[in-house]
Amino acid sequence: MWGGGKLGSSGGWFLRVLGPGGRNTKAVRPLISSVYVKNQLSWILQIKPGVFNEYRTMWFKSYRMTFSCLNRIKSFRYRWARLYSTSQTTVDSGEVKTFLALAHKWWDEQGIYAPLHSMNDLRVPFIRDNLLKTIPNHQPGKPLFGMKILDVGCGGGLLTEPLGRLGASVIGIDPVDENIKTAQCHKSFDPVLDKRIEYRVCSLEEIVEETAETFDAVVASEVVEHVIDLETFLQCCCQVLKPSGSLFITTINKTQLSYALGIVFSEQIAAIVPKGTHTWEKFVSPETLESILESNGLLVQTVVGMLYNPFSGYWHWSENTSLNYAAHAVKSGVQEHPMSAEFAFKGEAEELQANACTNPAVHEELKK
Amino acid sequence: MAARLVSRCGAVGAAAYSSPLVSCRRWSGASTDTVYDVVVSGGGLVGAAMACALGYDIHFHDKKILLLEAGPKKVLEKLSETYSNRVSSISPGSATLLSSFGAWDHICNMRYRAFRRMQVWDACSEALIMFDKDNLDDMGYIVENDVIMHALTKQLEAVSDRVTVLYRSKAIRYTWPCPFPMADSSPWVHITLGDGSTFQTKLLIGADGHNSGVRQAAGIQNVSWNYDQSAVVATLHLSEATENNVAWQRFLPSGPIALLPLSDTLSSLVWSTSHEHAAQLVSMDEEKFVDAVNSAFWSDADHTDFIDTAGAMLQYAVGLLKPTKVSARQLPPSVARVDAKSRVLFPLGLGHAAEYVRPRVALIGDAAHRVHPLAGQGVNMGFGDISSLAHHLSTAAFNGKDLGSMSHLTGYETERQRHNTALLAATDLLKRLYSTSAAPLVLLRTWGLQATNAVSPLKEQIMAFASK
Repeated sequence: MWGGGKLGSSGGWFLRVLGPGGRNTKAVRPLISSVYVKNQLSWILQIKPGVFNEYRTMWFKSYRMTFSCLNRIKSFRYRWARLYSTSQTTVDSGEVKTFLALAHKWWDEQGIYAPLHSMNDLRVPFIRDNLLKTIPNHQPGKPLFGMKILDVGCGGGLLTEPLGRLGASVIGIDPVDENIKTAQCHKSFDPVLDKRIEYRVCSLEEIVEETAETFDAVVASEVVEHVIDLETFLQCCCQVLKPSGSLFITTINKTQLSYALGIVFSEQIAAIVPKGTHTWEKFVSPETLESILESNGLLVQTVVGMLYNPFSGYWHWSENTSLNYAAHAVKSGVQEHPMSAEFAFKGEAEELQANACTNPAVHEELKK
Repeated sequence: MAARLVSRCGAVGAAAYSSPLVSCRRWSGASTDTVYDVVVSGGGLVGAAMACALGYDIHFHDKKILLLEAGPKKVLEKLSETYSNRVSSISPGSATLLSSFGAWDHICNMRYRAFRRMQVWDACSEALIMFDKDNLDDMGYIVENDVIMHALTKQLEAVSDRVTVLYRSKAIRYTWPCPFPMADSSPWVHITLGDGSTFQTKLLIGADGHNSGVRQAAGIQNVSWNYDQSAVVATLHLSEATENNVAWQRFLPSGPIALLPLSDTLSSLVWSTSHEHAAQLVSMDEEKFVDAVNSAFWSDADHTDFIDTAGAMLQYAVGLLKPTKVSARQLPPSVARVDAKSRVLFPLGLGHAAEYVRPRVALIGDAAHRVHPLAGQGVNMGFGDISSLAHHLSTAAFNGKDLGSMSHLTGYETERQRHNTALLAATDLLKRLYSTSAAPLVLLRTWGLQATNAVSPLKEQIMAFASK
């Protein structure tokens, strides 16, 4: 019934997403808006099909608007990245006020972050099942008990909380003060999560030293496409990982498809934005990611594509990694047993997967 | 979208909308009451089974569950000699659910009766339908409600570390979270009990019967009407001991009468009839009552020659097309006497909630749907709800999701509404179709029943649907 309601109101969505969208972006212009940057995919995908067919011209127009939004957003990524790599002292009170209006939207499952909420259906099992391979006897009810996880760029805590519910001790960090406030406040109502999760306003670089080799897993979900210095970022991820620890990344690929949609169309053809914005270049291909990871001593185990179905609002696993993808890499173990920890419990892991009911046919790329 | 959201959440939130300016620190500091993961309101058969299903779920080992029951704790110290007059027909699907958390073993150790066949026939014609399973599988089980309740109570005691049960306690107020997620207002449902104690929960499950307080408090629309019928239940002694493994039901113009096996010599009666007639049946002396029951099963007074001829013609045609004999008519056992004080009547009605779920709320059992007992599906629909909801919640818990989130609750709603509305509509249609003795309708239903009886695949479909 609920789904029906959602479909039925697609027109409303359309207007909300595209009409005021342009205005909104302008209003947010002076904002350090990780919000919009993170959510750019949903901007494209929230356009509904019926509208396409019925109003071709309208669709065309709106598409232009979407891309104009997109590119404006991109131009702020530098700012966000700068913020990320330094600290949050530049946040002024005016921005905080505007941001407060958005901060509560993190937890609106039907709202602007809906795609991130539904992405949990994929990324939580992905993280859980890969970590369960390394736990010989997990406790029923809290399978990740005893694991220390770092969630980099946690935003409002959308992914941090599920990991906490599974029993892990999670530290969520985000450079944006308001995000952490929202996350902190949201978890404070749950006495169990309140104990398991800790949030900090900081960048990864700031905590590298104090947390060296601390975490069983580091999660950087929808983050690496925003950082200014990917190599340093991944290096830091590696440093805070325990030997044999896991790094989980979800991000957007750098492909001709995203180039065609994001750069050629909106810059050259539609000429909505000045030529040379080129923020597309911050997208990362799995190959690039893999080579950086390997140079830092992280072995990529799995790369698998994710596709968002804007009509159902759900994500699906896919062989095709040309848009979004998830990657799992493992830090090389201690000298005496390289990789042994990975395969010791394989039999049990398979059993777990059978129980787990969710995981897709991930194609494993074992590089040794 | 916005309008939809308001209609769904607005009524819920209005009462609870507290000032958004209150800081979260003050909020979280002020609310020191226990936060449960799931609270089940109503500890009847369905509510208790829901709490059991979650309590024994492997992914709920770390969760806190609370069951609220207005009545006292019901444990049978010793199984009484006399059978209770309140019995349920348990489908194989429901039995599977009960055995998934160990309650079925208790029932087997106490008493129940399996039936292997079901014969349904019309008082106005010779038409009948016979359901039976070739492979001697049980079609269902007749179990006293007290026995099921005892089994559930036993199983709840065994998981008391996860499931708290509060007897003699009733929620008097539910305070819903703000419909528009505010950063600094509590996202949980607040429950106030009669004694003033308060709890919070991430998910409230309403299992509080067809006058559900949870449903009303949530402002969920309910389509309902009362039938012009009451059901009389009684425990009957048969004239002679038989195998007694058939469930019998005959459609009288005044309503269906059913005889369900309890033991070799005992059967349970469920007779739906007009309010006046029901009142007479309950108050008349025992001998007259037994006569009334026997004649209801045996009398041919409502037959007409025309319908009998028409029915025989179709039967003949079927015989030509399908020479193998369809299941032969069997005769119901005759009743010798009725257990003293076992006669009780209760009114019948139909109800269906427009929505089964809201954010942080789910309705199960009679709170979501009330059905005529003619198909013996009431409690089975409730147990079906439990299987579905427990499955969705278990998956959600293993995925680390917020249990009160609509994303998986709608999955439950879609799944169950599809099943329940079909059953509800079919039951209501049958009730209406058989409440008349007008010749065209009698002819229609006679042929319909005969045709259905002759087409085995169709019959198998019906059986499969009803035994879920």
